[in-house]
Amino acid sequence: MSRVTTSRAVASRATASRNAPAVERAPSSAERVLAPVILGVVVIVLWQLLAGSGLIEAYLLPSPAAIGEEIAQFAPSMASAAGLTGLNALIGLLAGTIVGIVAALLASAARIVDGMLAPIVAALAVVPIVALAPVLNTAFGADAQTGRQLIAALAAFVPVFINTARGLRQTRPVHRDLMRAYAATPWQAMRTITLRTAAPFTFTGIRLASSLAVISALVAEYFGGPRGGLGGLISTSAASSAYARAWAYVVAAIVLGLAFYLVALAIERAVARRT
Amino acid sequence: MTPTSTPTAVSARGVDKTFSTKQGEVVALSGIDLDVAPGEFISLIGPSGCGKSTLLRIIADLDSPSSGTVEVFGTSAHQARLDQRYGIAFQQAGLLPWRTVTGNIALPLELHGVGPAERAARVDELVALVGLGDFAQKFPDQLSGGMQQRVAIARALAEKPALLLMDEPFGALDEMTREYMQTELLRIAAETGAAVVFVTHSIPEAVYLSDRVVVMSPRPGRIADIVPMRLGRAADRADDLREDGAFFEMITAVREALHGAPVTGPRGVETR
Ligand SMILES: Nc1ncnc2c1ncn2[C@@H]1O[C@H](COP(=O)(O)OP(=O)(O)OP(=O)(O)O)[C@@H](O)[C@H]1O
Ligand SMILES: [Mg+2]
Repeated sequence: MSRVTTSRAVASRATASRNAPAVERAPSSAERVLAPVILGVVVIVLWQLLAGSGLIEAYLLPSPAAIGEEIAQFAPSMASAAGLTGLNALIGLLAGTIVGIVAALLASAARIVDGMLAPIVAALAVVPIVALAPVLNTAFGADAQTGRQLIAALAAFVPVFINTARGLRQTRPVHRDLMRAYAATPWQAMRTITLRTAAPFTFTGIRLASSLAVISALVAEYFGGPRGGLGGLISTSAASSAYARAWAYVVAAIVLGLAFYLVALAIERAVARRT
Repeated sequence: MTPTSTPTAVSARGVDKTFSTKQGEVVALSGIDLDVAPGEFISLIGPSGCGKSTLLRIIADLDSPSSGTVEVFGTSAHQARLDQRYGIAFQQAGLLPWRTVTGNIALPLELHGVGPAERAARVDELVALVGLGDFAQKFPDQLSGGMQQRVAIARALAEKPALLLMDEPFGALDEMTREYMQTELLRIAAETGAAVVFVTHSIPEAVYLSDRVVVMSPRPGRIADIVPMRLGRAADRADDLREDGAFFEMITAVREALHGAPVTGPRGVETR
C-alpha cells in the first residue's frame, strides 16, 4: 500500500514539474535573505504600533522599543548569562554526544547491549527530561551547575544515539562484500566503511541535540540552583514584574539557541556533502 | 594447456548452492565442475537468474557452496581470498561516494599497506589505463555510470591479481566504450598473465573475449556446455576480429548451445 502512495506521489510530482514554466528561476540568495528581513521589520513595526496604541497592557506584551532599551542597558549581563547557560548546554551536548556515539557503537557490536539499551532510550525519549531538574538540582547541591549539564547531556544523548545507531546499519552490501574480498580486518572495515557511512546520520543527531541541549540547560534553571543564567534571569525578571527585561532575556535565549543550531547545521552540511 | 607444475587458477568440483528463503529453498547452482587454467579467459553466459553471480561469489569466497569444493591456485577459496589472489569487479560499481576517483582506486593499496609514493604512482597508471585522466579528482556522483564502472575495474586491477573476477563489468557502458574496454581488458590480461572469469549477457562480448565460453542453464543453475573459441589466443585479438567470419561462426556456436539448453530458452541474453 505504501508503495502505491509513493508512486502516486512521484507521479503527481512529475506532473507538477511538467506543468511548471519552462524556465524555473531559483530565488537568488539576496531575495532569500531579504524576504524574511522585510517580514520581520513589518511585524516589529505593527507590534510597536499595537503596543503604543494602549490596546494591550504592557505586562502582556511590552513594545519592541522597550525591549530594545532593556537589551541596550543589560547587554553585558545578558552576554555573561548567555555564556553561563551556553557553557552548560555545550558541556551537556559534548558529553551526550560522546556517550550517545559510544553507546550506539556498543549496541551495533553486541546484540545484548542493543537489547539492554533499547528500552532505556525509549524511556528517555518519552520522558520530558527537564522534569528531572528539581531532583538533580537537589542531588548535586544548590550551588553546582552539574545537574543542569547532566540534564542537557541526557537530552542530547537521545537523538545522537538513535541517529548513530541507524547510521551504523546503513552499510551497503556491496561495500561489505568489497571489504571481505580485500580481507580487510574488522577495524579497517569499520574505519573505511561503517563509520564513514554512519557519520552523516550522527551529525543529523547532533543538530537535533544542539537545540535540545540549549532548551534543557535553560529550562533546568527555572527549578532553582545557582543564579546568573538566562533561564534564572528570565524567571526573576518576570517575578519582579520587569516584563520588558524578561523579554530581553528571552531574545538572548533565542539568539543562543540559534547559534548552537546554525553551527551544528553547518557541520552537518559539510559532512553530508558526499554520501 | 596447463603446465603441470602450476596449479589451475580455479578448480570447482561438484559445487551446489541452495539458498533458503522465506518462500522455500532456491537451488541456485547444481553440480558445477569447472577448471580455469592460469592466464585463461573464461566467460559465464546464461539467462538471468541461472547462478552466474552466485558462482563468481563462491569462487571469491563471498558465499560458500552448500556442497562441493572450490580451489583457487591450489588452495581453498578461503585461503586464496586471505592471500589476495584475485581482484574483483561487481555488477554494481560499489565505489565509496566520499572518495575521489583516485581515492577509490587507491583503496585496496591502502588497506594492504602499500606506501604513499608507490601508491600514487600506481594509481596514476591505472587512471590513465581506464582513460579517466581528466576526472581523477572527481567524486563518483560526478561521473556517468560507465565511468564509475571503469573506476571499479581500475580498482580491481590495482594489485595486478593473477585472477580477475568480473560480474558484467561492461553492462553499463555504451557500445563504443564497451568495445574499447574489451580490447583493453584483453591487453591487460595478456600483460599481467591473469586468468579471468567474466560474467556477461552478451554473446559477441563472450566470444570476443574468451578462450572458452561456459554456457549455463537455469533452475537449477548448471553448466549446459563449454564452447572453446577457435579464434587464436585471446591475447592476440584485435578489433578487426569482430568482422571476421570465424567470429560469427563462434557466435552461432554459442547461440546454439544456449538454445539447446533445457528450459524455455535464452531469455535475458543479448544477441547484439
Ligand atoms: N542471497 C540470496 N538469497 C536467496 N536467493 C538468492 C540469493 N542470491 C541469489 N539467489 C537466487 O539464486 C539464483 C541465481 O542468482 P544469481 O544472482 O547468481 O543469478 P545471475 O545468473 O547472476 O543473474 P543475472 O544475470 O540477472 O545477474 C536466483 O534465482 C536468485 O534468486
Ligand atoms: Mg548476476
